Amino acid sequence: MHHIIESGNVAAATGVKLSRAQVIAAYPITPQTPLTEKLSEFVESGELDAEYIPVESEHSAMAVCIAASTAGTRAFTATSANGLLYMNEQLHWAVGARLPVVMCVANRGVGAPWTVWNDQQDSMSQRDVGWIQLYANDHQQIIDSVIKAFRLAQTVSVPVMVCYDGYLLSHTYMPFEQPDQQKVDAFLPSFTPKHFLNPEEPGNFNTVTLPDIRPGVSGAIEPGYIEIRHNLHQDLRGALDAYKEIDEEFAQEFGRGGNPFVEQYKCDDAACVAVCIGSLSYQLRDVIDSLRQEGIKVGVMGVQMYRPFPDEAIVEALADKSSVVVFEKALSYGNQGPLYGDIKSALYSCSSRPRIQNYILGLGGREIQTQQLMDALRRCCSSPDAIEDTPRWIGLKL
Amino acid sequence: MAEKEYCKMISRSTPGPGDGGRTGSWRVLRPIIDNDKCIPAKTGKKSCFNCWLYCPDCVVSKTIPPTIDLEYCKGCGICAEECPADAIEMVSEASQNVEEK
Amino acid sequence: MRKDIIEIRWHGRGGQGAITAAKIVANGAFVSGFKGVVMAPTFGTERRGAPVFTSLKIAKDKIYDLSPITTPDMVVVLDHTLLDEVDVAAGLKDDGLVVLNAPGAASDYSFAGARVAVADVTAHGVAAGLPPGIVNSGIIGAFSKATGLVDIDVLVKAIEQEFVGKKPEKNGAAARIAYDNTSVGEK
Repeated sequence: MHHIIESGNVAAATGVKLSRAQVIAAYPITPQTPLTEKLSEFVESGELDAEYIPVESEHSAMAVCIAASTAGTRAFTATSANGLLYMNEQLHWAVGARLPVVMCVANRGVGAPWTVWNDQQDSMSQRDVGWIQLYANDHQQIIDSVIKAFRLAQTVSVPVMVCYDGYLLSHTYMPFEQPDQQKVDAFLPSFTPKHFLNPEEPGNFNTVTLPDIRPGVSGAIEPGYIEIRHNLHQDLRGALDAYKEIDEEFAQEFGRGGNPFVEQYKCDDAACVAVCIGSLSYQLRDVIDSLRQEGIKVGVMGVQMYRPFPDEAIVEALADKSSVVVFEKALSYGNQGPLYGDIKSALYSCSSRPRIQNYILGLGGREIQTQQLMDALRRCCSSPDAIEDTPRWIGLKL
Repeated sequence: MAEKEYCKMISRSTPGPGDGGRTGSWRVLRPIIDNDKCIPAKTGKKSCFNCWLYCPDCVVSKTIPPTIDLEYCKGCGICAEECPADAIEMVSEASQNVEEK
Repeated sequence: MRKDIIEIRWHGRGGQGAITAAKIVANGAFVSGFKGVVMAPTFGTERRGAPVFTSLKIAKDKIYDLSPITTPDMVVVLDHTLLDEVDVAAGLKDDGLVVLNAPGAASDYSFAGARVAVADVTAHGVAAGLPPGIVNSGIIGAFSKATGLVDIDVLVKAIEQEFVGKKPEKNGAAARIAYDNTSVGEK
């Protein structure tokens, strides 16, 4: 077992190196920058045999990845916050073009006002685009998820973003195991994409589609926009099973995993379950332990795959609970927390369902104190009738 | 209909000293102006004031002679670089502190 | 909350290598059997000379809580000139310890009755043959002597691994000299 103590960014970069990415195009942005720097060191030293293409913006970074992926190579980029949004148009393109690009997002709040600190609004605001979204709770999950992401992307032909909390994970150091290169090569063989630019078979990719289907040059009926997008959605739903299998295979090979959709802690006999995404789900474990010592039966569940939304796993975990508390570092402004809304929607048709309270916290890196989490959970557990349909906020100071 | 006030908060700061804290404590090198070489000081006339103009932190006064606000001067050395009379020397902060003590 | 986590806060100035020092101790602790190790630097904008701090938590079992240290068990100060600007002992637990790079004796420094350990790491670095101002290797020796948490031999090895290509033996020597010359005061 080869453990190293390094930062989350280095864990991500190491995952990319082990996955033998072939083209890397990235633009630096806090708090992702050390990831790109480490990758360029790997390429410079020869440890990673890849083309590292410095670009002048994130929009170009994704454009280069789209081109590289279309040419049949394994492409990677990384970004954060405003950088992710700068490439938003290209995100839609990459997924509509069904390209298996993998990207890391170091979660950071979005301007205005300006911030460099952690929240999850950046990737959350992109949940409707069609990219697969995986979230890591610690450094081991970062490196493992990157490897699994490349495998999933090439299996279902959908791009995947692996997200992890900026600073809280990107810049903290903790021990993690570096998987063995040979084992990764066996798990993630080189692949030939289904569709790629090939001079032997000339073709036009992602040409304009008319509103109605029409015959192509050969006479066969070509799919229209809505058929192509429907196929994307079907494949995303299919990606749930595909990821489950990939995660199982990874667990057998590397001894870790088994929680592709949600990771639960002391939820089995819990009456009340806290739900959140990212490192916060681990921070809540100490809170759960303390409340259990007071006799309150609580548990915490981290959502690992957010898109496609694992509604079956969510319903199975939460339907028979008395109450659920959803802590979120993001907000669908003018409405409610995105995860809260998705969970409520998944539980809507259940004959019995819990009361659900939404908390918004940690925006722009506002410190989340353990005492605040304890108070919020204790209040919801002891007075479930006080649970409201509108989000409550934790940590406001004015 | 009751009047509701909108847009109560945006991020907006008024320029002024101290927004970044007592940044003078970051100094490793301190600028010292030699008034025998400084053009405004020597001539008694308003002259180049390059130090005032180029200081990124606005800690140099446009006075005769120019003075430096050591509460906020970070010791970047741009004033010394831009002075056309070579009147500013960057000296080690540690040596200045020893002298002051 | 968990009582088994040892919380150590490191105070330095940007550029002095507080993060590297904490990382080296983290590595030393990990190979010594502390499976739970989390090190978090100051998050955000920094520059050379500005006060920074780093949090290091160690425990026998994996640590899940990454939130900042509020009540440290120990505080390590790489630069005594920080004492005028930063309340380095803020939140220090009642039986807490301050490890300080400073000239003089432990009794010269007071932190509301806390135990103090002092070593003139700046001088020890020079004695080891390092350029003046390198303190992040020597302070590790003082830390080892004052706390007894991680063996000095383990730490010197971790120092030499971290400083490959950057005078590893001299940095290791600086730690040993500091270790031998750390004066630990009574409470």
